[in-house]
Formats: sequence, C-alpha cells, structure tokens
Amino acid sequence: MSIKVRYFASLKESVGRSEDDLTFTSLLTVNEVWNRANLGKSLPGNILAAVNMEYVDFDSIVKDGDEVAFFPPVTGG
Amino acid sequence: MTIKISVEVFDPFQEIQAYQNARLSNTGAVGATSIFIGTMRDFNEGAAVRGMNLEYYPGMTEKQLDTIVTEAQRQWHFIDSLVIHRVGDILPNEPIVLVAVWSSHRGDAFDASRYIMEALKSKAPFWKKELLVTENERWVANNTNGYTTG
Repeated sequence: MSIKVRYFASLKESVGRSEDDLTFTSLLTVNEVWNRANLGKSLPGNILAAVNMEYVDFDSIVKDGDEVAFFPPVTGG
Repeated sequence: MTIKISVEVFDPFQEIQAYQNARLSNTGAVGATSIFIGTMRDFNEGAAVRGMNLEYYPGMTEKQLDTIVTEAQRQWHFIDSLVIHRVGDILPNEPIVLVAVWSSHRGDAFDASRYIMEALKSKAPFWKKELLVTENERWVANNTNGYTTG
C-alpha cells in the first residue's frame, strides 16, 4: 500500500519537508503513519490530522491511496 | 453559495456589488444583508507587523469552507452567501476575509454570518506567518475565540 503524507505551516518547517511518499504492508493508524514517516520525532501535542482532506482522530485507519496531512492549529480569518 | 480563495488583493465592496448584481438583483426576497470584512492590522501580540504570508491547504480549505456553509444552511434560513479569503503575501489594511449573507430576516443573516466566520477561524486550514517590523518572522500560534475576547 502507498500513501502520501503532507505537512503544513510551522510543522512543515520543523520536519524540513512538505511531503513524504510512504509504502507499507499492514494497516496503519494515523498516529503510526506519523511514527513511520518521522522516526524518533514525537508528534507535537497541538498538531491536527486529516485524511483525504477531512479531520480525523489519530487512531483512524489509513487505506491505500489515502492522503494524510499533519498541521498546527489553523489561524485564518 | 460561493466560496473563493484569492491570491490577489480584492475589494470586498466591489465583490459584494458584483455578486448582488449577478445573483440577487431579480429576487425581492432579500430583507437583510450581513457583511463581515476582516482586514490585516499592523500590530499583533505586542509587536509591529509589516506584512504576512497566508498559507493554505488547496482542496481541503475549500472543502472545509463548503462544509461550514452547508452547516450554516442547515441551521438558518438564508438566500445566498459569499465567502472570499486571501492567501499569499498580504499587507496591513488589505482585506483578508469577506463573509456576506443575504436572508429575508436579520436574525438569520447575523447568526449565519457569525457562525460561518467563527467556524472558519477554528476549522478552515489557513496559517498566518507574520513579518515583523524588526524583520523577524513568526507563525501565529492560534486564533482567539471571537465570542469571548471581542
């Protein structure tokens, strides 16, 4: 299975890249996707997650072809 | 219902006028129009700000704004709405966001526009990075709750 992982704003700067392409064989949660993509780097506490552009919990299961995004609290308007 | 992300500076009053002329001039049902315009300040959190960059998540931002407007339609009766949000490099005094709601009665126009604006501030994926007069840059950490902090 393969998924795209995207990072935005201050998180993009702190991880040093805007996206990853990840391949894996077993089902993963959103939290496990973070761990696979960012070995040894703990997830900052205020980070939000989305799968296919909808907000999700970190224990949501990710499917083949999904786009997973991590980003800080939003500050528009 | 229209949602626009604008890379270019926009004039909210011209946008409202054009939208009304194109979409609402033939209806006699509009009794109330509520308009909110957010503009960029030249100060924030105790520092002088000379510009900002607004990042967004193309696709998700529009999707979340659409969800917000759809939820507003479920809760209140209104005839049409227009939401425009800037992205990219923004200067003080330039408009950042426009929310306009047309309804038959003022309660729906006030409440729906307030809901759309507050939901946008907490759910729509936009991120502000401020360029200070000192040349330092900083990310805005979080939005305040508009109902409690004025």
